[in-house]
Amino acid sequence: MIGQRRREILGILLALVLAWLVVYPLGIVLTQAVGGPGGWTLEAVRRFAQEKNEWRALAASLGLSIASVIGSALVGVPLGVLTARVAFPGRRIVATLLGLPVVLPPLVGVLAFMFLYGETGFISHLVQQIGGLRESPWRLEGPLAVLLVHVATMYVYFYLFTRAALAGLDPSLSEAAASLGADRWRTFRRVTLPLLRPALAGAGLLVFMTSLASFSAPYIFGGGFRVMTTQITSTKLNGDDRLAMVETAALLLLALLGLLLLRRTEGRRDAVGARKGIAPVPVRARSALGSLGAATLGWGLALLLTLPLLTLLLVSLVPRGTWTVEALPPSYTLGNYRALIADPVRLKPILTSLWMAGAATLAALALAIAVGSLSRRKARSGRLLEGLLALPWAVPGTVFAIALATTFSVRAPWVGRFVLVGTIWILPLAYLVRNLPVAGRAILAGFRQLDPALEEAGASLGAGKGRVLRRITLPLLKPALAAAASLAFVTAFGDFVTSIMLYTYDTRPISMEILSSLRQADVGQAAAFGVVLMLLSSAVFFLAGEGRGATG
Amino acid sequence: MTGSPFLRIESLSKRFGALAAVEDLSLTIPRGDLLALLGPSGSGKTTTLRLLAGFETPDQGRILVDGEDVARLPPAARRFGMVFQHYALFPHLDVGENIAFGLASQGVPASQRVRRVAESLEMVELAGLERRPVGALSGGQQQRVALARALAPAPRVLLLDEPLSNLDPSLRERTRRELRGLIQRIGITTILVTHEQEEAFDLAEHVALLQKGRLEQLGTPEELYGMPRTPFVAGFIGRASAVPVRLVAHEAEVARVELPGAVLWEVQRAEPLAGPCVLYIRPEGVSLAAPGSGVVSGEVVERRFLGAAALYLVRTVGAVRSVGSVASLADAVTIEVLGAPEAARIGDTVGLLPQGRGLHLFGGVGGDRVR
Repeated sequence: MIGQRRREILGILLALVLAWLVVYPLGIVLTQAVGGPGGWTLEAVRRFAQEKNEWRALAASLGLSIASVIGSALVGVPLGVLTARVAFPGRRIVATLLGLPVVLPPLVGVLAFMFLYGETGFISHLVQQIGGLRESPWRLEGPLAVLLVHVATMYVYFYLFTRAALAGLDPSLSEAAASLGADRWRTFRRVTLPLLRPALAGAGLLVFMTSLASFSAPYIFGGGFRVMTTQITSTKLNGDDRLAMVETAALLLLALLGLLLLRRTEGRRDAVGARKGIAPVPVRARSALGSLGAATLGWGLALLLTLPLLTLLLVSLVPRGTWTVEALPPSYTLGNYRALIADPVRLKPILTSLWMAGAATLAALALAIAVGSLSRRKARSGRLLEGLLALPWAVPGTVFAIALATTFSVRAPWVGRFVLVGTIWILPLAYLVRNLPVAGRAILAGFRQLDPALEEAGASLGAGKGRVLRRITLPLLKPALAAAASLAFVTAFGDFVTSIMLYTYDTRPISMEILSSLRQADVGQAAAFGVVLMLLSSAVFFLAGEGRGATG
Repeated sequence: MTGSPFLRIESLSKRFGALAAVEDLSLTIPRGDLLALLGPSGSGKTTTLRLLAGFETPDQGRILVDGEDVARLPPAARRFGMVFQHYALFPHLDVGENIAFGLASQGVPASQRVRRVAESLEMVELAGLERRPVGALSGGQQQRVALARALAPAPRVLLLDEPLSNLDPSLRERTRRELRGLIQRIGITTILVTHEQEEAFDLAEHVALLQKGRLEQLGTPEELYGMPRTPFVAGFIGRASAVPVRLVAHEAEVARVELPGAVLWEVQRAEPLAGPCVLYIRPEGVSLAAPGSGVVSGEVVERRFLGAAALYLVRTVGAVRSVGSVASLADAVTIEVLGAPEAARIGDTVGLLPQGRGLHLFGGVGGDRVR
């Protein structure tokens, strides 16, 4: 059939484009790690293998990621169960507050932590004053500091996954356990928890990969503690390109290995599948004391975890150079925000970030829709295309930044290499590649939920392909499109890890402006940028949520 | 069949990998006829319907509507209306917009669309529900909106995919009556897919029974029940007990067969036969009698009260002698018999007498009691 052949050709073209964006740069990094002007050489690999610091950084990345998974699970799962299953006053507000960090760009989270718990942060000021100490009581630096920040920002995956899985659980299962004489605790341990396993494994995988790729926290709080992402950046800045390639390859292999191992433990997904009847009602505590305890715990943790954000807001009101040793800033002003709008030099990064993230999001959506519709119409390349879309997810941002910087700094059009580094195109391109898995997952899921009979009904009612797409497929995909667009936009908008490698003065995004404000000790300005980043991200997220609500 | 063939399916085949979903299927359907595609799951009836609608392309064969081959046309160009099993109403459009969808594809101006949507809704007795969201409709209403949507653009052929399977049993019979009335009133050529014999018999003028992608038999419900051409048809349509028998003689279209207990029966059978055979006995094909010599005897092991009658399950005494090399034959067979409600009790020994109809003899050894 002609339609089938056209689909296959389109599929191959699309696969080529995606491979050029996703696989090709990684391939170049891998070959450059063992290649040089004089042919193949293992010189850099040997240097890597003999250097103790390299192994230490590799072990640090792995150890930090495992610790982050355990810590995040210990915080996130109980919070998920508490807010989903135990009734206490203000439960819904607490539940929403606890979900906030999911829209928080990593750099902003790090910033907020610094203002609260850092050496010059509120808490340390407070402790210093109460204790009459001459110095800050602690330094927020090293592995524990990084782990603290990771747990405080990544628990949200365990929290959200637990809540979602509990909501999707067939209540008749725990009712059955109860009717068989199991008490609440035994029901939870023997029935609920095992059924949550796939969701918890999914959250664990997400935390592991996020933590392995994490750059902001180790970069700011690491001090002498180096993980692979910061190690790569510093090697690259020192100009040892070949060693940086080997390090990049090592991190990539670690990520792929982690993905492979964790996928295996993820286990069956079908257990949570069947669902019928009404959602379970949150359990009321048996005594007033229990209810009070639940409320205190819920509200306490919600405040503890959202306090950094409030701090950020407060610091953004501090005029430059006015806050030094006081517990609370002595004066407040809206000047930092005024400067963002009035000063074209300050406004520019915001606009730059907006257009770059917007363009990358649109391009990622278009590619994901193309893959989704080809794969739905049984094009043979469907699986390959879906795989290419998902692949960047397993690749830490630092790796991609290095890969793109290497690939697109050479002019060799006949092998698909152009000089893009230093132009305005390299960052949108990097954001696009990093957005593919996020957009892809949401849109492919949307396509899968779409009953093919609806499109067939359209065709049988005489509508051509264009009209079916316009009137049926896209309107029904709206929730998925909104989710994909908001997630992709928020990720790109707050990006720090690829930006730090690829930005130029003309295309510096908000995150780089935050860093430079910090370097100039203008904390108020840095915080104001952080607040803008956070507010715009949440606005996009919640607007998309509204869109989802309206059609869902 | 009567009437000129309007829809003609010629040697239609469709494979999915190694699986032959439809194999060399040929059917003709007169204009205005309602044909049911009946068969167990996996028999190819839904694939056939999807080939007709254009959602699948046949590997071989033609689909002729009024002489025009549509087998390779896209669905949109066929002018076939379809009612989907789960209705496939567009959830983001209201009832009126759903029904107007096909009219807009045809380029019907907006002013006329409003009128035709209203007419369609009136036809299915849902007048005035244009602005109702489809999610707010009951199952029966959704089914009728789906029907109105399919009929609004005045299609040449109407395709129904298990149209009643999503309805409550209590609603199903009434909806079936309404559906039959509506289709007869419009006079549209209709193809219905169903796995329920009762539905097919009640709605269709002709029934095509499919199995494993092939046509087993095409005919009126009466023909399928009264003159099954294969053991599968005899077993699938209605109730029948399959009894292995030995062919003793076959002349002048009458076969003499030996049943358990060395009893001989005579069965009408035109085509020649040889070797071990299977006799399909309808419950009304035998009657209960006093046990004795020359009569198939057995014990009543089950009794199902049906109201006006009762269905007795009789386990025969004694096996069929020397049926051949078939070693797996049961020593005793069970036969379903329709009788008066108080004709026998469980544990009674009874005799079975043939009634001259409802007996269908086939060569080869078939399965055990079917259905």
